[in-house]
Amino acid sequence: MSSGPHTETAEAAATATAGGAVGGRRASLWGDAWLELRRRPVFWLAAVMLAFMVLLACVPSLFTSLGPNRGCVLAHSKDGTGPGHPFGFDTQGCDLWSQVIHGARPTILIGLAVTVGSLVISIIFGTLAGYYGGLLDALIARVTDIFFGLPFVLGATVILVAFPDHGVGAMCLVLVVLGWTTMTRIMRSQVISVKTMDYVRAARALGAGDLRIMFRHILPNAIAPVFVVSMLNVGQVIAYEATLDYLGVGLQYPTVSWGLQLNVAQDYFTDFPHLLVFPAVFLSVTVLSFIMLGDVLRDALDPRLR
Amino acid sequence: MTETDVRTGDDLPGADPEAPLLEVRDLHVEFRSRTSPPVHAVNGLSYSVGRGETLAILGESGSGKSVSAQAVLGLLATPPARITGGEIRYRGLDLLGRKDRWLRKIRGRRVAMIFQDALTALNPVVGVADQIAEMYRVHERTGRREARARAIELMERVRIPAAARRADDYPHQFSGGMRQRVMIAMALALRPDVLIADEPTTALDVTVQAQIMKLLAESQAELDTALILITHDLGVVADVADRIVVMYAGSVMEQAPVIDLYARPAHPYTEGLLAAVPRVDRTTTGRLTPITGAPPNLAAIPSGCPFHPRCPRARDRCATERPELRAVGNGRLSACHYAEEVLAGEEAAGD
Repeated sequence: MSSGPHTETAEAAATATAGGAVGGRRASLWGDAWLELRRRPVFWLAAVMLAFMVLLACVPSLFTSLGPNRGCVLAHSKDGTGPGHPFGFDTQGCDLWSQVIHGARPTILIGLAVTVGSLVISIIFGTLAGYYGGLLDALIARVTDIFFGLPFVLGATVILVAFPDHGVGAMCLVLVVLGWTTMTRIMRSQVISVKTMDYVRAARALGAGDLRIMFRHILPNAIAPVFVVSMLNVGQVIAYEATLDYLGVGLQYPTVSWGLQLNVAQDYFTDFPHLLVFPAVFLSVTVLSFIMLGDVLRDALDPRLR
Repeated sequence: MTETDVRTGDDLPGADPEAPLLEVRDLHVEFRSRTSPPVHAVNGLSYSVGRGETLAILGESGSGKSVSAQAVLGLLATPPARITGGEIRYRGLDLLGRKDRWLRKIRGRRVAMIFQDALTALNPVVGVADQIAEMYRVHERTGRREARARAIELMERVRIPAAARRADDYPHQFSGGMRQRVMIAMALALRPDVLIADEPTTALDVTVQAQIMKLLAESQAELDTALILITHDLGVVADVADRIVVMYAGSVMEQAPVIDLYARPAHPYTEGLLAAVPRVDRTTTGRLTPITGAPPNLAAIPSGCPFHPRCPRARDRCATERPELRAVGNGRLSACHYAEEVLAGEEAAGD
């Protein structure tokens, strides 16, 4: 062949320049995603807001000296903003600022726990169904259909009313049971489309086993959309939790949560809007932050989009 | 898995050191679906390769060449594919009907494969060195660091410039030629006995094609690997192949040493192929002659000789009687009733 060393060097030089422009050491998919995220203002905005909310949830004592439902003076019921009480008082005459702070913990706990739970279930079921297909796929699809068919609010109401003494744990369980189906379906269809890719066939041709193909080759390429949906899901779960509280079947007094506060506020908010506004703002900011985080994560997790 | 010498094959009980490295005998593959008649993709393919030998499998698209390659490694999805007959033997060991677990000892370690388009055949979210290193980690249980070091070494061997610096780059950050080098590095990582290259240069431009073929030929010589080169491009095989198998409609039309085949085809199909490409070793006056007609529908392969509807030498007998693949001298095989006529270079009778 007379193509010769000339073209080879040319190509080498071109490659070297291209490589030089990229430069730097990169560790892994997640390491690279981090490098990408660092450059995004939206990420920092979401991260700072979430860090604040998580801090509220973890160490509320940093922000208020009062415990939940402590220091309430009924005489102050529904009073507006005053000195030392930036958010005013709730219907029980408790300081609303400290009540809102204490409301962060169950809300965020439920949001994260339910999402992680549904994500784990959907990854396992979706991957198995998509990868193996056949009978297993049909079985998982039918089970998914059954749960998918349950109307959310009604289903949750029925279950929660049946077990009146439920706490945060039971709430999480109910929300996971009713919430894993969409992600499982997305995961399954992603796995099916990735499964037929050449690199999966190539990995098999070069001797990779089922587990390695699933976890190394299919999962990283299939997970991004599910991951984004799960981030959006955190917000949704928090909203659902608030809905159930609002309907009176979710968490109950003496638990303090944003949903419960909104539930109480519903009767008075035309006359005392601060009862609704302050917990609602905290809830919205948290939900929005998770949604924004999901969005930037999707972009960062796909090296082809960089 | 202990580190065993691949050459002695002592962790493959039953392997016959005397048998050909890879032998395919009378392979039949068909694809079935509920709604349409079965598609006969491969109909009686036979070949064998030995150490250091290069066999080219030549055929147009739909001739069953890629399907047969995937059948060797058990990569066909069953269903819809079904291997309806024949044998595939690696050193005498039958590969058909084996469990996936057993085949994994063969795949990558003894018989490796290179795919056409390295961009789609490399995992887009894993750095290239990690992908190469995976070969050592899967098959030899090598530690992360060592596997990576060996991967970078291998990248240098296939002449990827600035290998160490580019180790963590992703496939899409490489040029097509460089990506194919990565793919070759992966396939050669464990010094396989047999390398199947399925259209390795089709996705590349011509100058890069030549470099990749050169790299393949050099690597083959260095490792004494048997190379099966699957291609539709007569030009690609001329320099590197020892023998050529010409496939048409899933069957072998002709098999011959490469020089003999180019000098004098023994089948009208090969004759047609050669007449359809420009050649520098022969000053022909006039135009290139295309083969008339279109490749057959594999769900309804013509009776008799599958090539007869397009064959300028076809006679009545060709439509009814399927020609056997038979020896026509000089170690050549041809599946034509009139192979001697073709070999002698007589003009087409044309009736």
